[in-house]
Amino acid sequence: MSMKFLSTTAAAALFVSTLPAFAQDVTCPIKVGVLHSLSGTMAISETTLKDTMEMLVDQQNEKGGLLGCQLEAVVVDPASDWPLFAEKARELLTVQNVDVIFGSWTSVSRKSALPVLEELNGLMFYPVQYEGEESSKNVFYTGAAPNQQAIPATDYFLEELGVEKFALLGTDYVYPRTTNNILEAYLKDKGIAEEDIFVNYTPFGHSDWSKIVADVVALGADGKKVGVISTINGDANIGFYKELAAAGISADDIPVVAFSVGEEELSGLDTTNLVGHLAAWNYFQSADTPANEEWVAAWKARMGEERVTNDPMEAHYIGFNMWVNAVTDAGTTDVDAVRTAMYGQEFPNLTGGTAVMLPNHHLSKPVLIGEITEDGQFDIISQTEEVPGDAWTDFLPESAVLKSDWAELGCGMYNTETSTCVQIKSNY
Amino acid sequence: MLRLAAFLLVSISLALPAQSQQAEAPIQQLLQTHSEIILKSSRRTIGPAVDALANSGLPESQTVLDRWQNKEMWVNEETGLFVFAEEVDRDTLRIFDFADGSEIGVVPDEGFDQLKPNSGIRGMIATALVQFQLSDPNPETRQRALDAIERGAEESHLTALRASIPQETDEALLTRKKRLERLLTISYGEADQERIEAIESFDGDLGVDVRAALNPLLAVRVEAAETVPEDADVGRILKPGSEALSREDAYDLLVRAELARPRISLDDQRQALIANIADGQVAGIQVATLDTQAARDMAYAALAEQGTVTAAATEAEVNERLANHVFYERYVGAPPEVVAAAQLALKAIENKVAVNQAFDLGLDALSLASIYFLAAIGLAITFGVMGVINMAHGEFIMMGAYTGYVVQLFIPDYTLSILVAIPLAFAVTFGAGVAMERLVIRWLYHRPLETLLATFGISIALQQIAKNIFGTQARPLTAPGWLDGSLVINDIVSISYIRIAIFVLALLFLALFLFVMNRTRLGLEVRAVTQNPRMAASMGINPDKINMLTFGFGSGIAGIAGVAIGLYAKVTSEMGSDYIVQSFMTVVVGGVGNIWGTLLGATMVGFLQKGIEWFNPSNTLAAQTYMILFIILFIQFRPKGIIALKGRAAEA
Amino acid sequence: MTDAALPRRQPFALRFPSVMIFLAILALFTVGVTILSEGFGIGVISTSFIKTLGKTLCLCLVALAMDLVWGYCGILSLGHMAFFGIGGYAIGMWLMYARTEIIVLESLAAAELPPTAQEVSDGIATQIFGVVGSSEFPPIWAFAHSLPLQLAAVIIVPGLLALVFGWLAFRSRVTGVYLSILTQAMTLALSLHLFQNDSGLRGNNGLSGLQNLPGLDDVPQATVSLWFFWASALALGLGYVLCAWIVSGKFGSVIRAIRDDEARVRFLGYPVEAFKLVIFTLTAVIAGIAGALYYPQAGIVNPAEIAPIASIYLAVWVAIGGRGRLYGAVIGAAFVSLLSTWFTGGQAPDINLGFYTISWVDWWTVLLGLSFVAVTLFAPKGIGGLVDILIDRKSPNRHGADLGPDQGALREQEADK
Repeated sequence: MSMKFLSTTAAAALFVSTLPAFAQDVTCPIKVGVLHSLSGTMAISETTLKDTMEMLVDQQNEKGGLLGCQLEAVVVDPASDWPLFAEKARELLTVQNVDVIFGSWTSVSRKSALPVLEELNGLMFYPVQYEGEESSKNVFYTGAAPNQQAIPATDYFLEELGVEKFALLGTDYVYPRTTNNILEAYLKDKGIAEEDIFVNYTPFGHSDWSKIVADVVALGADGKKVGVISTINGDANIGFYKELAAAGISADDIPVVAFSVGEEELSGLDTTNLVGHLAAWNYFQSADTPANEEWVAAWKARMGEERVTNDPMEAHYIGFNMWVNAVTDAGTTDVDAVRTAMYGQEFPNLTGGTAVMLPNHHLSKPVLIGEITEDGQFDIISQTEEVPGDAWTDFLPESAVLKSDWAELGCGMYNTETSTCVQIKSNY
Repeated sequence: MLRLAAFLLVSISLALPAQSQQAEAPIQQLLQTHSEIILKSSRRTIGPAVDALANSGLPESQTVLDRWQNKEMWVNEETGLFVFAEEVDRDTLRIFDFADGSEIGVVPDEGFDQLKPNSGIRGMIATALVQFQLSDPNPETRQRALDAIERGAEESHLTALRASIPQETDEALLTRKKRLERLLTISYGEADQERIEAIESFDGDLGVDVRAALNPLLAVRVEAAETVPEDADVGRILKPGSEALSREDAYDLLVRAELARPRISLDDQRQALIANIADGQVAGIQVATLDTQAARDMAYAALAEQGTVTAAATEAEVNERLANHVFYERYVGAPPEVVAAAQLALKAIENKVAVNQAFDLGLDALSLASIYFLAAIGLAITFGVMGVINMAHGEFIMMGAYTGYVVQLFIPDYTLSILVAIPLAFAVTFGAGVAMERLVIRWLYHRPLETLLATFGISIALQQIAKNIFGTQARPLTAPGWLDGSLVINDIVSISYIRIAIFVLALLFLALFLFVMNRTRLGLEVRAVTQNPRMAASMGINPDKINMLTFGFGSGIAGIAGVAIGLYAKVTSEMGSDYIVQSFMTVVVGGVGNIWGTLLGATMVGFLQKGIEWFNPSNTLAAQTYMILFIILFIQFRPKGIIALKGRAAEA
Repeated sequence: MTDAALPRRQPFALRFPSVMIFLAILALFTVGVTILSEGFGIGVISTSFIKTLGKTLCLCLVALAMDLVWGYCGILSLGHMAFFGIGGYAIGMWLMYARTEIIVLESLAAAELPPTAQEVSDGIATQIFGVVGSSEFPPIWAFAHSLPLQLAAVIIVPGLLALVFGWLAFRSRVTGVYLSILTQAMTLALSLHLFQNDSGLRGNNGLSGLQNLPGLDDVPQATVSLWFFWASALALGLGYVLCAWIVSGKFGSVIRAIRDDEARVRFLGYPVEAFKLVIFTLTAVIAGIAGALYYPQAGIVNPAEIAPIASIYLAVWVAIGGRGRLYGAVIGAAFVSLLSTWFTGGQAPDINLGFYTISWVDWWTVLLGLSFVAVTLFAPKGIGGLVDILIDRKSPNRHGADLGPDQGALREQEADK
């Protein structure tokens, strides 16, 4: 199978660029594809990541490049149009002949690019927290899996805040749906009754929150402590938090923990009334380490004083540096060699500790919980040890039996019960 | 060299305070005893430390709890001694001794760790502090104590609260204390009679806290028996297969109570069959034939007959067992008399709650309607009066909102900036509207469908330009302080001031529109041009000018609507497209060319959407879908909208 | 409009040389691309560009449908991309089902007991819906196992939806701008519905991985992309002939008359609603077929594809290409969508103005928007108008006063059409 891929890719390279792919291990310059939307709805989040990648590439070039070559960022704009992610990924891999792609934000855009990556044996780094239930041979997931964000945050609610009744509010798409499914199963496991879990889905960009906030307040009527777990995406959060603030809901009464609200989202808000509400991430700008201070300073120097850093940026930071080290170790940018060199790669987190790339293509990272402060930043109040990312959740019966191990088993969806590999390629 | 000096300096300054601190003071000793769990800082384990401090009887313990709660407690990493500290700047601390509150010195913060109790621990500390605070001379402290009781009441609070009531001097606090006392009596009162009296005193009270106190009393446990016991605490009888108790749950209950045999899940059955495969056969049946459920059931039954597996309950057996048992609820939250009183009180409250909820929903709907109205009113002018389809209307809303944002960049005072932003937004979008009318629309008056396309082109161009200028991140547009918060009528009915402001703004616009159209020369001329441009022109009206002004007026109103919408939601380059289709539908449903129609249209759309949301609270998206479907159907039956123009005007 | 007045004896092809010319160009193009392709030729054109070209052909086909319904019949439908999307969903359901079925059967073959039908179905459902947190087949997937049924759905579902919607709308005489807004509402409702996970079509994720044909894992995409390219070219050719045939005859004259003056046609005794309904439904079916060919090439179909903006773009293509002439629609769709690909690809060179650098990724949309305005204002005939200049065809000059007694006669405002 992989021979076929190789020959296809090689043929493509031969025909398109007329550069012999086998002549040497590295063709200068080494091309880094950046597949982030610069227009359309997702541009709000993804443009920052494009800038991050350009900064990382520039920094690496200043250090003298990689394997004696300069790096070159190849930026394309998939315009928040999901099919375009597939098209642009193919273009990057076959026309531009990039050696690696850093890209995607939404799950659907990743799922769109996946078949192309697997077909052409490309390599992509995906930097955003996501719903898990996937492990592709050709993707490294540097964002959080549910067990690195959602589960620890829920534990925090259960144990530290004593929440007994949960409102799971989310935007109606895959990440909140799957995450909430996992959380529902998890909460039931923990003895929370079904009627104590309120679930609501709203459209992208929803702005009329008064009724939903009133519904959440009304949940308190049976004397149980209510907590909100929010997977509300993007700018819908602004209306939500404004309504929350207007209703005078303090974090001591009904705490809200958000998985998609970071420094970037808060910059569109006045946070005075939101102090104390929570967010769970693997990174906060306020992390007090020398590496982070340097990173934030470099970012601000490049992009402007008012710009903030956030979790997916750190994911790209770790992912890019691990890739650089893996390429150095492998001595080539060949995808299969780099992938093998990636397993076990270690790189210091910006928040302290060390991230490790696991054979299931996920990172082992610490989980941080922060309270919103008045200046739109987060006060880190809890930081766990490194948690290994789990591709297949243990809390859904169908997934509990699955595991991913590309290093040993060479399979991303391995059924431990029947000891068979369910499939090598992903289901999209 | 310099580094060494700095190091020495740090070590000296670190060493000094440790010496001058009273390590032997009882309060420090107490803290040291619990040092481990305090440093671990987890709500699950912190209990003993908080209790020990609260019950220590040491006068300093209140200070410790206070400072700790406010994240002002630090620990010396080297000596493990606790201090409280003020941050002088990012890297320096002024530290104090807990023992006597005296200042120890100013030190760099490297040797110290800040203790950051999470809000769960802060809540526990607050609960522990209640006993100190209830009779504190400072009313604010007493208020904090009451807040703490409301958030996490404990049995011990009841006595403390009762003791503090006679000394209370503040009228408002006294009322709160009395109310809390009754609430705590419901939960923790000793005698049934006093609890019942407390319950009855809350008759018809809408507070969430009352329901929160009453509902736990009604906690039930589902039980099963051959016949219903005669006990007083038995509540409802449940029928298996009903909504309250599914057949599966009922049977599981019987299995757990060992009143029935368990059924076997398909998965377990499969495992059992696999475990008994021998020579490609299971109980004499070929494995290859086991590809239907019926065949597997048969094979399992055969295995059971052989005695290799335990027989599973059959469907008939399940039915028989369920029929032979009754299922009922048993009250476990309180004695039967209290339960009865609570039920009665809750019933009265629930009825009132329902009415109030409907009222609250009505307010929400009204607020949504006024937002739609605001967004659509400009469109009602350009589309309704002039017949011009302006797809860039949403972008005028966006321009207004960005104007507000830019004004706030220059004028930091929020009240003043909004006062400036509103007329400025009008001016900006008025100008943009006039420019657009002059440059594009007036060439297309006879080609409405093409106006649609041209203005759409302008719309996407404006959106992208906004993105290029302001970036893709949402921008803050902050309401002035006096618009923060909500008008709270009771715990159920409340509406944020910002929504009220939008409602008022919508009314103002309606009045303004009516005034301009019916009472001014401009309005007269607009109506004339609308009805018959040629006739109007021959009467000396310049239709070109009127069209330009009308279009500018409609666009200007969209700009102000943008400021209002930005205040309550968000300012992004795409905010306009969120409203454009809804606005068109509002205008079309209401009836083109009539402001009252637009008003009715917005009201209908708003109420409809909230109504559908009420039926299906977990899915707001579905509400929007159904609303649009309804509008499509509505237009089939009233193609000209709710208020249809009649006669000649309708033909124009 | 003078076409219908020509003698009817002449064969179709002779009367419409433009059809022949178009077919010839299309055939040449197809052969040329095949020769230059990676799959069957010398490999000058990359597979990703073949896919782009194949998709462009499908867009041309749906633009043809749009031209028929708008340019010829005067109904500015802002909902035809909904039918396009439905076509994609219909074929996508089969593609996903069949592909997943193979995987599931393979993995269950290793199990110790032969799988029951229920287990197979559950396995497929878990694979398809696991991503949206469900593991059951919604009723809407009842026919997903069968290719012929889903192919039928490609035609029937858009057709039926158009028929019902059109019947309701035309019956109550909703016309002009109102109809446009109503069709827009329809496509918005449909996309919002599909956005919900409860719709049973995987919500926002939509159906993905459609480029992998079930059972043909071994065929490289270079080949598959050409198959689809050929199919799209064939469909476009057939669609063009069909549309040309429709607008050429008496039927064509009637629908153009409806565009120009609906009331007058009605008074002449023609069942206007029936004519409109036929055109509306037929174009919906064509859009559905175009979608069914497009999405396997795009790889993913999801609700965003059906959002109102997509249908507006469709109208814009036709307007830029030149409506009321079939080749205009094709030119418009091809021109704008390819240009768009080029600009968003980041290949267009940035323009340095000294004080500001225009990056096309940022400014392309602005240019596009303003060019709509320019086209509507200055070139209502669109790019197709260039052909008129080329062959020196002039439309009669009707500028000036009304040509008839009252509203409804040919008037100034029509002279531009």
